[in-house]
Amino acid sequence: MTIRAQRPAVGFARRIAAWLDRHARVRLGFLLAGPVGWLVVAYLGSLAVLFVNSLWTRDAFTGLVIRELTPDNFLDMVTNPLYRNVTLRTVGMAVVVTLTCAVIAFPIAYYMARTASPRVRGLLTVAILMPLWASYLVKAYTWRLILSNDGVLNWLLAPLGLRGPGLGESVVGLWLVFTYLWLPYMILPLYAGLERIPTSLLEASSDLGGKGWTTFRRVILPLVVPALVAGSIFTFSLTLGDYIAPSLITTTQFIGNLIYSNFGVPDLPFAAALAIVPLVIVVLYLLVARRLGAFEAL
Amino acid sequence: MKQRRFLGLLVGAALVAAACGTGATPSPTFNLPTAVGEGEGELTVLAWPGYAENGSTDETVDWVTPFEDASGCKVTVQVFGTSDEAFSLFSTNPTKYDIVSASGDASLRLVRAGYVQPVNVDLVPSYADIFPALKDKPYNTVDGVHYGIPHGRGSNLLMWRTDEVSPAPTSWTEMFDPDSPYAGKVSVYDAPIYIADAAVVLMDTNPELGIKNPYALDETQFQAAVDLLKAQKPAIGQYWVDYTKQMDAFRAGDAVIGTTWQVITYLLQAEDPPVEVDVIKPEEGATGWSDTWMVNSKTTHPNCAYKWLDHIVSPEVNAQIAAWFGEAPGNSKACALTEADQANCDFFHAADDAFWQDVWYWQTPEAKCVDGRTDKTCKTFDDWVKAWTEIKG
Repeated sequence: MTIRAQRPAVGFARRIAAWLDRHARVRLGFLLAGPVGWLVVAYLGSLAVLFVNSLWTRDAFTGLVIRELTPDNFLDMVTNPLYRNVTLRTVGMAVVVTLTCAVIAFPIAYYMARTASPRVRGLLTVAILMPLWASYLVKAYTWRLILSNDGVLNWLLAPLGLRGPGLGESVVGLWLVFTYLWLPYMILPLYAGLERIPTSLLEASSDLGGKGWTTFRRVILPLVVPALVAGSIFTFSLTLGDYIAPSLITTTQFIGNLIYSNFGVPDLPFAAALAIVPLVIVVLYLLVARRLGAFEAL
Repeated sequence: MKQRRFLGLLVGAALVAAACGTGATPSPTFNLPTAVGEGEGELTVLAWPGYAENGSTDETVDWVTPFEDASGCKVTVQVFGTSDEAFSLFSTNPTKYDIVSASGDASLRLVRAGYVQPVNVDLVPSYADIFPALKDKPYNTVDGVHYGIPHGRGSNLLMWRTDEVSPAPTSWTEMFDPDSPYAGKVSVYDAPIYIADAAVVLMDTNPELGIKNPYALDETQFQAAVDLLKAQKPAIGQYWVDYTKQMDAFRAGDAVIGTTWQVITYLLQAEDPPVEVDVIKPEEGATGWSDTWMVNSKTTHPNCAYKWLDHIVSPEVNAQIAAWFGEAPGNSKACALTEADQANCDFFHAADDAFWQDVWYWQTPEAKCVDGRTDKTCKTFDDWVKAWTEIKG
């Protein structure tokens, strides 16, 4: 009895299933409509709005956006040396942070991939991932305490007659903070990259008379470059776009601070125009990274 | 090809979506409400920190809950750190905030942008008791139309750590000397309007510049103020907007001298152990504020808003805020309530108009010089904003 009662329903579902089976493209469409719609509307759509905004201007007194297309924002950005300086400073910081992360991450990643016992490797993985579970804000504020006038760093350096960089104009403190914050993003891809190098290649190198340094330079490094670049995508772009850490740690401005302060003026069109700058830099960076094979290493 | 057409469509759609966004338009004719009816049940207040305390900062400091009980309007409070932040919040959420405490450098912008509505002062009984010196000012009344209720006034002050800075400073110039022993530990308010603080210093140190009003700066005067601030830059240890950050810096000794509000000093002195700080209105005079409670032109809670206006400037509440924040109350009857209130009024010279001669209330700079000069063009607020970004480097 029950079977007979269910039959029409089953038949309906079957018919749909059969129809979908014959129309593979529709099936794919159903599957991807949600995620692709999200990507297009939320990501690309907002970028398009951002770009359009950057071509508008505003009433200087009331801050109301005037919807007339004008290149003024971009002309302002190009002609005023301030924006060039801040852009260079930000890119410089991103490069330095990336290099520092790479230098620190390499020995750790190498040890994890090649030398450590599985137990130690597990512990190290947890240790590296652990900071990512704490809020970014908590970590940034903690660094404020560390770098502050009567903070831990000055207390440690006092016996040596030295002082830390402080929270003022110096960007050294910020460099430390960024390096700390983004280091895990460099270690993990690097670890994955190093682990993929077959041991036989290292043995072959030493069989052919390659010393440690030669093996590193001519075998390990070329093979690990994609992983290194993959990690650098994170460290570079995260540094480039951040504005909270700079505003907490130093009085010096970075691109993110300029965008934020223009948002507060409010000069939304100019903030939008400024936001295009890191976007373009990151796109260029990604193009280079792709050539270096980083996307295969992700 | 297909792909490209799709992308074009997308950009087109985004353009349309962006163009259809809401924009505020000032309403030329506005019918003033003639009576305050039953409350609508809720009210969102955008206020300076310390102006709308609901017991969350200090359990005993609460004048929002009594209002809620009496009016039936549930209050949501959001605080802001600068006039620009308030204005930005208001303009990006045109319907969110029913009421705002606006200083003079935000109020006129809010009026011009059409974000706030004229207020029928007859519906606010306490208005009659407001000090005459605060009424009918260019930042709260436009063409004879009142755009809000004056709240009170205060002066920006010079604060220092008494255990670190000696002798006690008497002048703002202590903050502007890059070779001073306190260089690197100077705390500065992070807003374009701070350029006026430099102008106040120049009024004293460089009289030949002829600055008559720190918000009316022509090309030469403005450049002098900007140069002074650029020279100050290396001495700065902190830019603050959030008052708790300034408190952190003074507590930790990252800042030992800086521009502040009385309430911050009070809070630091009340800590356990107290942070050893003192404040002064320096000899050059100071920038300051004269605030106005304003009502959103798009509010859907006008009755609650009017009830709030009357509550917040009523003698009792106005006195509480003045004592808590450390400013002069706007309501003249707020002084005679208790001995403590009288002491607060005397301390902040609530009724002493002579004291306020050298306090320059925040005001939005305009091309038409606000000091009345017609032979020069003054720098606009837009110029101030751009210059402030450049000063910060």
